[in-house]
Amino acid sequence: MADSGTGAHRRTTLYNAHVNLGAKMVPSAGWEMPLNYPGGIISEVKAVRSRAGMFDVSHMARLRFSGPGAVSFLDTVLSANVASMRIGRSKYHVICDEDGGIIDDALVYRIADEECLLIVNAGNADEVMDWINPRLEAHGNVQMFNYTDQVGMIAVQGPEAAAILDKISETLVSAIRAFQIGEVSIAGAYMRAARTGYTGEDGFEVMPPREAMQKIWAAFRDAGIEPCGLGARDVLRLEAGLMLHGTDISRDNNPYEAGLERFVHITSPGYVAHDALARLRAQGTHRIMVGFKMVGRGIPRNGQAISKSGETVGIVTSGTHSPTLDANIGMGYVDRRFAAVSTRFEIDVRGRLIEAEVTPLPFYSSRKC
Amino acid sequence: MTPDDRKYSKEHEWARVDGNVATVGITKFAAESLGDVVFVDLPEVGSTIEQFNKFGEIESVKAVSDLFSPVSGTITERNDSAIDDPETVNKSPYDEGWLLKIELSTLSGLDDLMSAGAYDQLTAEEG
Repeated sequence: MADSGTGAHRRTTLYNAHVNLGAKMVPSAGWEMPLNYPGGIISEVKAVRSRAGMFDVSHMARLRFSGPGAVSFLDTVLSANVASMRIGRSKYHVICDEDGGIIDDALVYRIADEECLLIVNAGNADEVMDWINPRLEAHGNVQMFNYTDQVGMIAVQGPEAAAILDKISETLVSAIRAFQIGEVSIAGAYMRAARTGYTGEDGFEVMPPREAMQKIWAAFRDAGIEPCGLGARDVLRLEAGLMLHGTDISRDNNPYEAGLERFVHITSPGYVAHDALARLRAQGTHRIMVGFKMVGRGIPRNGQAISKSGETVGIVTSGTHSPTLDANIGMGYVDRRFAAVSTRFEIDVRGRLIEAEVTPLPFYSSRKC
Repeated sequence: MTPDDRKYSKEHEWARVDGNVATVGITKFAAESLGDVVFVDLPEVGSTIEQFNKFGEIESVKAVSDLFSPVSGTITERNDSAIDDPETVNKSPYDEGWLLKIELSTLSGLDDLMSAGAYDQLTAEEG
């Protein structure tokens, strides 16, 4: 409880709005962010799954790359194959170091022929920029600009997100299709909006100018969108089988063992991680990321050992109670021999061995079959 | 309001004594600090527990917390509805959300617990 370090943490433009709503503020990646509002994490999760919720994600870093050669430069440092992307499209990918370790996972948006937007995790922003900067020097015409402070970002997520945004916008927000980015006017403010997110629901991430942030947040509230914090965000992303960098993936993991192979394009000219990733792919990995559901009573948590017949065969990276599935779920790395769906193993939950079963990822999908 | 018909530990558990049986639970402050409770693990009826020792675990979506007994004795009853519907602990920490009934092995330990007023002062300082 007694965290003395909060004074050093940065605040978004919505800090006072969160406090006035009664949010429980917690330090996260160098920022002071809402963990949850008074309704609690579970009601926030339910709002996103059934209607619409919103998250202040202004702490994520927004980097703009522009100038002649911007796309071919990005293809030397990202695994996205930006050259193949049409203007207005986005792509999830990983940023790997020369050893194939994952510096961050990120979304890249192609805004124009030679202009891209890269959104990276708050906690990795400095590391990503420090890693890109020296490589940028060899591409004199390409400019990287960090405009995280100029525009904020709010994620509006849920089955009713598109309809609600259309209602309060001067432009048709829903004309932006899944994984596209466009420009919209909402409540009198002009901004970029991307149909992307981190919850497994349909929704948008809008980027209003800093000075319009409070007005937009208030307009969203008035439209009935539920404020949601980092606690709900973590449950939602885990239900949707999405990785959290620093928890599920890090520089100690490569994208193949993390099950991210389909987001890794390694053959772009000059791609810095090509050699390492080609070697890792050829070698194959002895462990792989799986999702599992608890069979016995217990909630898996980060760092707990996974064992089979007394032998340690893996480690839990994420776990929670899923209100949507009414089940306790987790993800973790296990020896490939125990990675097949329906395989059972035990999780060491603080000294008790609780049975769990490998389950396909994602645990939850909004698409109706 | 913190009920004044019972006593409190600094680990945020309460004990309401009736004859030689204490009903035990967690305080509203503890339930609110935890957030939505999603898991409660309690020992079997018949087990003995010692005052201030760990007897179980309670988990919210984000946090795991140990439960420490405010009294010593033998468990005579366990609230299975708190296990089956952990949100009961949030909704009613002082009534329906009780956890155990314990037959006291001694009454002397009760002196080491706080009154409602002293507990409120503690949480005002911690909160």
